[in-house]
Amino acid sequence: MKPLFSEEALAIVEKYVAKFPEGKSKSAIIAILHLAQAELGGWLSPEVMDYVASILKIEPIEVYEVATFYSQYYTEPVGKYVLEVCHTGPCALRGADEMISYMERKLGIKKGETTADGLFTLKGVECLAACGSAPMMQCGLNYHENLNEQSVDVLLEEFKKESKVRRPFC
Amino acid sequence: MSEISLFKVTIDGEEVEVAPGTTILQAARQLGKHVPPAMCYYTKLQGSGGKCRTCIVKVTAGSTKDPRPMPKLVASCRTPVMDGMVVANETSPEVIEARKGVTEFLLINHPLDCPICDQAGECHLQDLGYEHGAQKTRYDFERRTFDKIDIGPYVQLHMTRCILCYRCVYTADQITDKRVHGVLDRGDHSEISTYIEKAITNDFSGNVIDVCPVGALTDKTFRFKSRVWFTKPVYAHRNCPKCTGKVTLWYKGDDVLRVTGRKDKWGELEDFICNTCRFETKKTADWVIEGVVNVDRHSVISQNKYTLKAEKPVVPELASKHTGEGTWDHQLK
Amino acid sequence: MGKIKILTKDIGTPNLQNIDVYISKGGYASVEKAIKTLGPDAVVEEVKKSGLRGRGGAGFPTGMKWSFIDKTPGKSRYLVCNADESEPGTFKDRYLMAENPHVLIEGMITSSFALGANRSYIYVRGELIYVVRILQKAIDEAKAKGYLGKNILGSGFDLDLNVTCGAGAYICGEETALIESLEGKRGNPRIKPPFPAIAGLWGMPTVVNNVESIAAVPWIVVNGGEEYAKLGIGKSTGTKLISAGGHINKPGVYEIELGVPVEEFIYSDEYCGGIWKNRKLKAVVAGGSSVPILPANLITKTANGEARLMSYESLSDGGFATGTMLGSGGFIAYDETACIVKNTWNFARFYHHESCGQCSPCREGTGWMEKVLHNIEHGHGKPSDIDLLVDVAKKIEGNTICPLGDAAAWPVASAVRHFRDEFEWHIKNPSAATQPGAVFRNEAVLA
Repeated sequence: MKPLFSEEALAIVEKYVAKFPEGKSKSAIIAILHLAQAELGGWLSPEVMDYVASILKIEPIEVYEVATFYSQYYTEPVGKYVLEVCHTGPCALRGADEMISYMERKLGIKKGETTADGLFTLKGVECLAACGSAPMMQCGLNYHENLNEQSVDVLLEEFKKESKVRRPFC
Repeated sequence: MSEISLFKVTIDGEEVEVAPGTTILQAARQLGKHVPPAMCYYTKLQGSGGKCRTCIVKVTAGSTKDPRPMPKLVASCRTPVMDGMVVANETSPEVIEARKGVTEFLLINHPLDCPICDQAGECHLQDLGYEHGAQKTRYDFERRTFDKIDIGPYVQLHMTRCILCYRCVYTADQITDKRVHGVLDRGDHSEISTYIEKAITNDFSGNVIDVCPVGALTDKTFRFKSRVWFTKPVYAHRNCPKCTGKVTLWYKGDDVLRVTGRKDKWGELEDFICNTCRFETKKTADWVIEGVVNVDRHSVISQNKYTLKAEKPVVPELASKHTGEGTWDHQLK
Repeated sequence: MGKIKILTKDIGTPNLQNIDVYISKGGYASVEKAIKTLGPDAVVEEVKKSGLRGRGGAGFPTGMKWSFIDKTPGKSRYLVCNADESEPGTFKDRYLMAENPHVLIEGMITSSFALGANRSYIYVRGELIYVVRILQKAIDEAKAKGYLGKNILGSGFDLDLNVTCGAGAYICGEETALIESLEGKRGNPRIKPPFPAIAGLWGMPTVVNNVESIAAVPWIVVNGGEEYAKLGIGKSTGTKLISAGGHINKPGVYEIELGVPVEEFIYSDEYCGGIWKNRKLKAVVAGGSSVPILPANLITKTANGEARLMSYESLSDGGFATGTMLGSGGFIAYDETACIVKNTWNFARFYHHESCGQCSPCREGTGWMEKVLHNIEHGHGKPSDIDLLVDVAKKIEGNTICPLGDAAAWPVASAVRHFRDEFEWHIKNPSAATQPGAVFRNEAVLA
């Protein structure tokens, strides 16, 4: 299979694999899929997943099984910035739903949708372990906490100015 | 050979002695009574069991050494016995109630399309519902549905009926050399799938049909040919280079409508058979007929067999050799 | 109670994430003491003596868990740190790892030494990749100082410590699901027995401990298990991180000595600082979303009228009829304007989303409860729904492969137990109950 990862990415893959004993490289799949999502288009297409299977020398179905289990992997294309607002209990007590409504109005989309320009996807997600600084959201690597309408406005403007997509990998 | 000291287990008041390492379910099967239902466990599939929770039982005494009861109901298919263990299955109201709950959970998203399901008559979920289900459903939401898909030329996957027992996945993992289907997604969205359309072409792939407890995986060469209770099962074998060649032929008149593996009294395959035997060898002439199957499960298939005087199938070879052996009349005496 | 801090004492020190700063505060002393003076068995003994209980939620004695590990020669042993913190209401581990990463690394080294594990993992939830990077830097620093790697401090003990991540799945906080995930699979909990102490990671003997449990080990080793056991109350020894959130004035992570009165914890300025907006307290979820919710009148006092304390025993006083659990220490307060039905639906949605789908009661039951609660919250409830919820919860509880079933059932069952009139009000008055801001009031439960 033609390599999809860059040399740099392949070096990172080696580091992941080295964390596990010999013959246990499948363990690296979780980190590799994060990396694949970050480096190869922002989501996990069947082609990308088949490539990951070829790197780990496992059957493609083993990758599909893992990729569809975990909520951080996107198996459909998403916006350049995925705004993941926690909507679980403690955040809901401090205005998470209202924050999501505000962002829906601001972006002109509903929760779960992507803006027409492909810049933002808005998602309601389950607890991100930041209940003490609610409402909050994750975008890429970063947590944005104690949100209010003004701080969200500022953030969205900053995102629009940035050129690099920030997708997290270890 | 050194003597293995057996463990004494009491199930619903009856004692049985079994080898260490035996599970409660297998101990009950050895006793032959008070056997919990099992929808996901499959003796020949390593790692199976524990998931459907229909076989849960109450352990009222853990062992002679430690006679404390286990705090929760346990999955009998995955819990090994201890010497002196006391188990309550049918005699425990708690077990009956919990099993009724599990049955209801398995049915709330099941389509209940038994009238048009090929598995009807030999469906373990049907049996479970009959024995442990409620007469009315309390679930008034839309049921989960999926599109039917063909996974290869012989097998159809009707995911809507699936109870996620994982048996077909273990079968593909352990019996075939390359698994292309698995469990995708999570929670009640989980589904058995190949993800992107892929044919299952392995020589032993047809066994997923036999291990499926419901009508989620069906034999496309048999679909809608006949209700199973109108077919007559006959043991037969042939010299097969790929498998044991020991099968059950399902006759309607002179025609072999379906070939399956042979199942034991718990509904489990005795041998996994190859796709050539299963799908491509459907003439009586291809087989050495051994005799009709003594259906002793409580399914509708046996109902038919025990009330009708069968004229067919004609099994000339056996009938001539052994004075009537191999005819229904003989078997059903 | 004393005000002693163990895990958080140095937080606030500039650059505490830097190993030199951490060492200047006495860091890594436990590694030296364990390796050079105590030896593995004595470390296990100290942890047993400390009475430390698993801080992830179950409260199982850590030392006893360690003593179960299969020590058959020739079998690799593994220590795995559960940093998959995802229980709604709980955010202490994230705080601790980000602010004081070396206390966890030090705890991992000392604990791995005690268990004879030469390869250990910290499994961090996938959303916290920024924490993974902080921990990786800490590991690299510790390696450079000789606390990690081959022949640590000349002892002959080798340790390869790695930090890995998940990818979004609450269920991976269950130890066998975590192990599956660490093996690169779906996070389906395993059927037990066998327990991880016998057959865990790659089939080998494995101990899985929460971040906070492991982070407590260095102090215990340095100061002695008996000193730790002097802290706290009864069998609730030591200190505990409490994540405080919801309708309070000062949300945050507080390290308390176990045994602080709940009333003090809620109202003292040292902790939550009281209920926000000068409102009354309606209810509390004291140990993360899965533990039973209690009305205000039962959280500060037990059914016998005794002051309730922040301890394993006191919070569970009265059983589920009138008590709850300390759990993971995720303390969520609800003021008088909070809608219990909405909150219960919210939690049910969470558990429905997080069910792995492996066993039928949880897979089917969590979705069913969410749908019924959604109907009630949105004005489509039926009078029979309340008993239906109770029955579905009952049929999930205790009948699943892993504790997620119980975790999903308890919030629903307890909400109906203590706030049944609020559910009935929603069902009887759908148009009033669905007005924005509408809330059922029962003065008797407020405080």
